[in-house]
Amino acid sequence: VKKTKIGVIIATAILLFSFAACEREERGFRVQPPDSNRTTLTRPTNFEAGQATTPTEFQNEYENNAFAMSEGKRLFSQMNCVGCHAHGGGAIGPALMDDKWIYGSQPDQIFSTIVEGRPNGMPSFRGKLPDYEIWQLAAYVRSLSGKASSNSAPGRDESLHMSTPENSVKGDKKKPLGSDSTTEAKP
Amino acid sequence: MGPARRALIMSAAAAASTLLGGCSGPQSALDAAGVQAEHLQSLWWTFFAVTAAVYVIVMIVLLIALVRRKVSSANEEPDRKPEGPRENRVGNIVKGAVAVMVVTLFILMITSFRAGKAIDSLSSSPPKVVIKVTGHQWWWEIRYEDEANPSNDVSTANEIHVPLGTPVMVKLESADVIHSLWMPNMHGKRDLIPIHPTTIYFEADKPGIYWGQCAEFCGFQHAKMRFSVVAETREEFDSWLNAQRTAPSSPADTVAARGLELFKTGVCAQCHTVQGTSNGRVGPDLTHVASRPYIAAGSYQNTREHLAQWISDPQAIKPGIQMPMNQYSDEDLNSLVTYIESLK
Repeated sequence: VKKTKIGVIIATAILLFSFAACEREERGFRVQPPDSNRTTLTRPTNFEAGQATTPTEFQNEYENNAFAMSEGKRLFSQMNCVGCHAHGGGAIGPALMDDKWIYGSQPDQIFSTIVEGRPNGMPSFRGKLPDYEIWQLAAYVRSLSGKASSNSAPGRDESLHMSTPENSVKGDKKKPLGSDSTTEAKP
Repeated sequence: MGPARRALIMSAAAAASTLLGGCSGPQSALDAAGVQAEHLQSLWWTFFAVTAAVYVIVMIVLLIALVRRKVSSANEEPDRKPEGPRENRVGNIVKGAVAVMVVTLFILMITSFRAGKAIDSLSSSPPKVVIKVTGHQWWWEIRYEDEANPSNDVSTANEIHVPLGTPVMVKLESADVIHSLWMPNMHGKRDLIPIHPTTIYFEADKPGIYWGQCAEFCGFQHAKMRFSVVAETREEFDSWLNAQRTAPSSPADTVAARGLELFKTGVCAQCHTVQGTSNGRVGPDLTHVASRPYIAAGSYQNTREHLAQWISDPQAIKPGIQMPMNQYSDEDLNSLVTYIESLK
């Protein structure tokens, strides 16, 4: 009797264990983007009048979502970001795979840079894309310099691509979000 | 004949006719609407008849062997000594069966070669109609190009129109992954391979609207990658082509005009072309979208409700596609749908 009991327990455990395989990576097609209204507090620079304030942490859910990141990568080409920034290396526009951020490296700062545009050539994409797709783009842009999770950054390309895949870019991704303000370029 | 037996025969006949009923229809290789499919169809039935006959013969012989087997008790040593004349007879039967099999297979092979050659014969004469089909994840871009006058080029989606009795050449290309064009009532399958153009020739002989389908797994929405083939008379085809060539009329009322404004200034124009209005190359050409009976690659009927659902939340209908979800107020959505419905 005891033997059968142990057998039943082991069989149940194996069965339960095999159910764990059902919980695989979810293709999060409908992940809620960050609230775009919160970007009204976003500053394009750390240079501020009076006492310096610590920037509020801004979490972009899409940085942990492989589908959203690959969509960002697709939009990066389709919306012609590559036209000026190349595949992160920069050309007409600044490079995005280095440690230098003229208008900030936080997700909300990148979001407002894309939405509002910036002087000397960066056009405004307001209304040209739904907000959630701009958040996807912002997540991808951060992965170019290793600021996004390497678990979800694209690891391969649909087409010929000469640079290293985004998920193997060495960056400061081990630091918690928001602690990278020291790496910003001096204005 | 007993009533039970009669009932059995009746139900067998009913089952057979139901099965055969599956052979006809707008998406069936056994309901040929063109010469090419006719060759394939007769080839299919030849193979079916021969293999069915072989199956029946093998089953009969197997049954005879089972019935006539020698029963020996467990203790008794089976008699393994060959009997001379019987051994010879059985040997001859096996040799004969092998010869019949080889000949049958050769006949099938030659029939198949002949059908292949007959199907290929259309490509020897210059085609009257050339259609360029580009496979996208997950829809079909259809172009009718006029080399002499590029302003006559027509771009549409998920709908191929062909005139009856005219050889048609389809040039196939892929924008992303490998797809496969399959119009069962017209022809076999042909793959669309990136950076490697392929062609397929067919001719439609029976008027009607047929369905085609992508036949090579190409990603998440492969199943919702359909298209229709409209086989119509030359006059109907020409008038359709001319209608597609004309620019859409400008919006008639203020609601549609507001829709056009939203289309031009918003996200739609980034990806979709409407001749004279926008030039997006990512999604299907919408110049005459209202003339197409289906949206979303043959998945849904082109109605106001479906269009509104599609614009606001395509990711609920075909998850994973490139079209984003869009938030419009009811009024704006209504104007946008009114404008799109006006693109006849």
